Amino acid sequence: MTTNNLIDRALGIMPHALSVGARRLELLAENMANSDTPGFKARDIDFRATLNQVMQGGAGAERLRVTQPGHLGDGPGAADAVRYRVPNQPSLDGNTVDGDLEKAAFSEAAVRYQASLDFLDSRISGLRKALRGE
Amino acid sequence: MSLFDIFDVSGSALSAQSTRLNTVASNLANAEVASNSPDTVYRARQPVFAALLRDSALGSEPGSRGVRVAGITESVLPPRVEHLPGHPLADDNGYVYFPAVNTVEEMANMMSASRSYQNNVEMLSTIKQLMLRTLQLGQR
Repeated sequence: MTTNNLIDRALGIMPHALSVGARRLELLAENMANSDTPGFKARDIDFRATLNQVMQGGAGAERLRVTQPGHLGDGPGAADAVRYRVPNQPSLDGNTVDGDLEKAAFSEAAVRYQASLDFLDSRISGLRKALRGE
Repeated sequence: MSLFDIFDVSGSALSAQSTRLNTVASNLANAEVASNSPDTVYRARQPVFAALLRDSALGSEPGSRGVRVAGITESVLPPRVEHLPGHPLADDNGYVYFPAVNTVEEMANMMSASRSYQNNVEMLSTIKQLMLRTLQLGQR
C-alpha cells in the first residue's frame, strides 16, 4: 500500500482501522469460543499501538518482507501487538476468559468496526462525487 | 486473518457446546437407570475441551484458535447403592445400583452450556451483519 497513491491518501486511516478491527473481533471471538477450555489464556489487541504500527509501516518506513512461511510479517496480525489479558479472578482450571468482559469488548469492537465502515463509506461516496463532477 | 475465520472459530464452539449439551442430556436420561452390578451401571459423562489451533490461509499470520472436544471422561464416583430385595434387577444380596448422577449439577452444567451456545450464536450473527455491510462498501 503506497501512500503516494492518491486514493489511498484520500481514504486515510480508515482501511487500516478496518483491518485491525477485524483482527480484534477475531481474537475476541476466539476468547468467547474457548470460555470453557481448561488452561486457555484470553488475548486481546492493543488497538492504538497496532494501528500506529500499521500506519508507520505504510508511511515510507522500510517494511519487513515476507519471503518464507516462517517469517513474521508486519501486517495487522503482527504477533507482538497481541497481548494476554490479566485476569480479574483466575479460575481453578487455568482459564482466563471472563465471559461478561469479552462480550462487552466484542460489542465495543463491533460498533467501532461499523463506525470505521461508515466513515470509509462516506469517503468513498465523496470520492465518487468528485470523480463524476456533478 | 479475516472475518471469515470467525465463522470457523464460533462454529467450532457451537459444535463443542452441543456435544456438552448432549452429554448432559444423556446423563439426565440415564440418571435413574438401575443395574444389578456396580460394573455395568451407567457412569456420568463429561466432555473435555481443548483449544484447536488452525493454520491460517496466509503462512505468515498466526492461525485462529477454535475449540474442539478433546475427549469424553466418565465419572469415577461410586454408584448409588440401594437395598431393594423386591426389585427385578436386585443382585443376590438384594442390592440395586444406580448411577452417581447429580441432577442439580447437570442442570447447572446445561444452563452454562446453553448460555455459551447463545453467546456464540450472537457473535456469529453480529459478524455476519458486519461482513454484509463490508460487502456493500461504496455502493451507496
